[in-house]
Amino acid sequence: MKICVLIKQVPDKDSSLNIDDDHLTLVENNITWVSNESDNYALEEALLLKEKHGGEVIACTLGKDSAKQVLKDALAKGADRGIFISDSSFENLDILSLGKVISSTLKKENFDLIMTGLQSDDQGNSQLGLILAELLNMSHGTLVMGTEIMGDSTIKVKKELEGGWFQWTKLSLPASISIQSGINSPRYATLKGIMMVKKKPVDEVTAGDVSFDALEPKVSINKIYVPDKTKETQFIEGSPEEISEKLVEIFKNDIKVLN
Amino acid sequence: MKILVYIQQDQGKINTVSLEALKGAQEIAAQTGGTISALSFNSDVTSQLAGYDLTEVLLAEDDKLNTFNPLFYLKALEDIAKAESPDIIVFGHSYEARDWAPRLSARLDIPLISDCIGFKKEDKLTFIRSIYQGKLNSDSVVNMGSFIVSFQSGAFRADGLQSGSAEIRNVTVDLSGVSDSISPEEKFQEAEQAVDLTQADVIVSVGRGIGKEENLAMVRELSKTLGGEIAASRPVVDAGWLESSRQVGSSGQTVSPKLYLALGISGAIQHVVGMKGSKNIVVINKDANAPLFEIADYGVVGDIFEIVPKLISGIQDSQ
Repeated sequence: MKICVLIKQVPDKDSSLNIDDDHLTLVENNITWVSNESDNYALEEALLLKEKHGGEVIACTLGKDSAKQVLKDALAKGADRGIFISDSSFENLDILSLGKVISSTLKKENFDLIMTGLQSDDQGNSQLGLILAELLNMSHGTLVMGTEIMGDSTIKVKKELEGGWFQWTKLSLPASISIQSGINSPRYATLKGIMMVKKKPVDEVTAGDVSFDALEPKVSINKIYVPDKTKETQFIEGSPEEISEKLVEIFKNDIKVLN
Repeated sequence: MKILVYIQQDQGKINTVSLEALKGAQEIAAQTGGTISALSFNSDVTSQLAGYDLTEVLLAEDDKLNTFNPLFYLKALEDIAKAESPDIIVFGHSYEARDWAPRLSARLDIPLISDCIGFKKEDKLTFIRSIYQGKLNSDSVVNMGSFIVSFQSGAFRADGLQSGSAEIRNVTVDLSGVSDSISPEEKFQEAEQAVDLTQADVIVSVGRGIGKEENLAMVRELSKTLGGEIAASRPVVDAGWLESSRQVGSSGQTVSPKLYLALGISGAIQHVVGMKGSKNIVVINKDANAPLFEIADYGVVGDIFEIVPKLISGIQDSQ
C-alpha cells in the first residue's frame, strides 16, 4: 500500500490574527504555525494502515519555506519520505489550480491511497481531496471516520453523514479519502523518530517541475477583514465574584431559567 | 446571468440547505437580472419546486439517481451543465455537496467557491466566505468564465423564497459509462441517541478551553445546578471526554435552548451552526477575540476555572 498524506501548515488556533495594511495578508510575526488538525488524523490513519498492511507513507505539503516543518513532524512520527512543493508563483492560486499543481506532482508516484484532512483550518475550502480524485482518476470518500482494507483492490470507508448517521462505502483503489477529526488518536513523535528525520529524503518541487502552465488564479480574494458583529453583546466585567453575581441575576431576571 | 441550482433531496424530501441556496439564487437573479433553473433528480421534488418564482424547473430521472452516489450524480450534472451552459451552478453546502461539488469543479474545469455565507454585488459578484475558523471573512471574485458556488446553512432564509409558478422540463442524462468504483452501503446510526439536547431549556456547553477531562467535573456540577444538560463542541468529543450524542454542531445536534452557556468554546463555524438559534447565548472565554462572542447576548472575557466555581456557589446561594 503506497499512501500519500497531504498536510497543510496553518496558524495555531490560539494565534491572534492581525490583518496587514494590504487587507489581504496576515501579519506573520505573531503567528505560531502548526500542522492542520484534521491532517494529523489523516497522517495517523495512514501510519496505522501501513503498520497493519505494510507499504510506504509519503507526506506532502505545498507552502512557504516554513511549511517544511510539517513534513519534518510527519517524518518524525513515522512517514517514510516527504514531498515539498513550493514556489512564489503558487501563493495566490485558487484551490482548483493548486489541485492541478499537486496532481501533476503526485501523478508519477501512482499512489494507492491519497489521504487529506477534511478541511483546512485557514481557508477551509474542503475541496482538495476530491479535485485530486478527479484529476488522477481515483474513487473518493469524504468525512471518513473508519477504514478497512479489503484485499488488494478495495478499501471500505465509514463516512459520516449529517444528524448522527453513517454509511460504509466500498471504494476501488486507487482512492482519495478525506479524514474527519476524531477517527483515531494521533501519536506524538518519539525521540528516536526525531533523530531519524535527517535520514529521510524530502523531494523539492517548484514551478519548473510542474507540467502545468496556466498559473493564473481563477478566483481572487479581494479583501480579508474581521466580520461585523451581528449582535449587541452585553459584556460583564469585574472580579470572578462580581461576574458570577451578575450572571446569576441575568439567569433569574432576564433569561428566567432560575427561580 | 444564467443560474442553475441543484436541489438536494432524500426520498422526495428537499434538504433545507438547498432551499436556502435557492433563495440565494433568487437574490442574485434579482440583482443581476438573471434566470434561475432549479434541478432535481426526483419528480416529487420538481412538483414542489414548480411553486416557486423560478424561470424553470429541470427534472432528470434515472434509477441510478434515486439514492446518492457521487459518480452518477457527477455525470448527470456534467451532462446537464454541458447542455444548458449555466453561468453559475449553486449548491447548498451540505455533507453530500462536499462529496461531489469539488469533483464537479475539476471535471468541468471551473472554480468552486465553497461554503459561502453571502454575496454582494460590487463591480463583480463578490462572494463572502468565513475563514480561519470564523475569525475572519474574505471577499472572493471569479476572474473569468462560469463557476460553482455553495452556500452555508443559514446563509439565506428559506421562508423568504418567492412563490410563483414554473414549468417543469425533462432533461436527459447518459449514465451508461459511469464507473462503479464507489459503492455506498445502507445508512445507519451508531447507537440510540442517548440524549435529546433539543428538548433542554438550559445547555452548558464546553469546548477545547476545558483543557483536560478532570475539569469536566465542575461543568457537570454547574449544569446540574442550573437544571440543564451538559454538551460539548467537537474537540471534547474527539478526545473521548464526552459521548458523541452530547455534541452540538454540524456533525452533532442542532439546539435552541433558552440559555446556551458556552465555556471555553472559540466558535468554529461547525459548532455555531448547531447553536446560533439559541434564545440567549452567554459566552465565557479567556480569548477576547473568540468568534463566538460575535453571536453572544452576554459575554465574559475571563477564566472559566475562576468563574465557574463562583457561579456554582452563587446559584446555590440564590436558591
